[in-house]
Amino acid sequence: MKILVCIKQVPDMESRFVPNSNATWYEERDLAFRVNEYDEYAIEQAVRVKEGLGGAADITVLSIGPARVVEAIKKGLAMGADRGVHIRHDEPSRLDAWQIASIIAAFAKDKSFDLIFTGLQSQDRGSAQVGPAVAEMLGYACVTTVVAFELDGTQLTLRREMEGGLCQVVRVGLPAVITCQLGLNTPRYPTLPNIMKARQKELLTFAASDSLPPEALSVTEKVYLPEKKGRGLVLEGEVNELAEKLIAILKEKTAVLR
Amino acid sequence: MKALLVAEYRQGKLLESSYELLAFAARLNAEIAMFVVGEESQAPTFGGKVYLAEASTYGEYNPALHKRLILEAVRQESPDAIVFLHSAYGWDLAPRLAVALKAAQVSEISAVTPEGFEVPLCNAKLRRLVKPRTSPVVLTIQAGTFSYAGEGGGTPKVIRLALPETISSLQSLGYEIAEKKEVDLSKAAVIVSAGRGVGKKENVEVVASLARALGGELGATRPVVDSGWVDHSRQVGSSGQTVSPKLYVACGISGAIQHIAGMKKSEFVVAINKDKDAPIGEVADVLVVADLLQLIPALLARLGK
Repeated sequence: MKILVCIKQVPDMESRFVPNSNATWYEERDLAFRVNEYDEYAIEQAVRVKEGLGGAADITVLSIGPARVVEAIKKGLAMGADRGVHIRHDEPSRLDAWQIASIIAAFAKDKSFDLIFTGLQSQDRGSAQVGPAVAEMLGYACVTTVVAFELDGTQLTLRREMEGGLCQVVRVGLPAVITCQLGLNTPRYPTLPNIMKARQKELLTFAASDSLPPEALSVTEKVYLPEKKGRGLVLEGEVNELAEKLIAILKEKTAVLR
Repeated sequence: MKALLVAEYRQGKLLESSYELLAFAARLNAEIAMFVVGEESQAPTFGGKVYLAEASTYGEYNPALHKRLILEAVRQESPDAIVFLHSAYGWDLAPRLAVALKAAQVSEISAVTPEGFEVPLCNAKLRRLVKPRTSPVVLTIQAGTFSYAGEGGGTPKVIRLALPETISSLQSLGYEIAEKKEVDLSKAAVIVSAGRGVGKKENVEVVASLARALGGELGATRPVVDSGWVDHSRQVGSSGQTVSPKLYVACGISGAIQHIAGMKKSEFVVAINKDKDAPIGEVADVLVVADLLQLIPALLARLGK
């Protein structure tokens, strides 16, 4: 079983974000980067498939970006992937989803992966395009928003999450692209021995320019802070005073406190 | 400007959210045709062309077949934009169509401006203006943002679509309720919800004590539920319950779109957050900039609890 996991490195979403000086992206300085949360479910699921097959699987973890993304790849290796692939691009924020998917598809097309896992979406852009686009380019089946995964031979039984607490159960054959949603699994923490072992694992580096379509189909015109429209009252200050003020407001404006 | 709007049909019914597509198309001043895999009795009430394929033949969810049906409608209609909801159906199908047409895709559009489409970035803490460079374009629109006033109506002119064969590798085995709702938050007058900002499971009790003091129910965001800190039956948001209490208190909730979708109809919203710029501030009547672990005990002391 050959498995590819496509991951992205993103900033911690609890950070404060500001546009960069030319308003083309967010300012990356001072941000702490980590593996995109949804992609951690993808890595975990790949490793579980391998464990379920008694180790009879080979997992490649791929990421596109500048040198810093090697940290994300190493986390994937420490969680149990066998090989890392770093596709270097200094400014991936300038690429659109179609270009990103094209790079991944170009890498994957002659490698006969049985399963490709990725996150439902990235936490920064959140466009949810890359997974299904890769599948379309490779001619693979694709099931998105997966919250339960079962492999039986070459058949997958999956639950995909829909709105309003509803799930859909589908069955599909390999090869397939699976995009992983929150709730699919609980990603493991890499143990120290596994972090050490990961250092010995193969890490291949390619330049994105080898397979990059030169023109994006869509471009980011600008990045900006949201307009504070219809914003309510903002209370700041000492905690006890805040509590007094808030209770006074609740008494005045709601029927909840009397 | 011509737009083909892809409506959604699930469990034998047209989804009401499909009409949000019409509200969006009005912003584009587009000439409209709709598309749905459904059934004629459930066609959208819309006085224009509706391309219709039978769900009994093509399934309610079968992206490979639905993509081919949409491509057929695109061939007949030649739209400038193909528009989906940014939903489990739309975000699944749209990229396949975009690749097949080599069209630019813009996801989760929250506003239309003369320079391009506005989409959220970093959990809506920022906005990004995107300009597509192709025609046609594939668009998905943010759920609940373009509200349909219900005007229009009319009888659709149905154009039937069919494929020469219906072979597909995907088999749909039906629907399941994710988990049963033991707590009906939709009836609660007061809801006090915990977000990731509570930090750890033990701190949920602090939020729950405020809920009790206000005579309300405890709610939670998706990440808090998925961490196992609060039961799923208390989840508020697009994958949980939609609520409209008299008072909603959001504790340590940054305000992801999926959460706001479930609580924005609340009559009065109080947010308690350390981050003054958290997007929850946009829907809050009062944003208290404070550490909930300090503020809530101070509130409880004054509420005599």
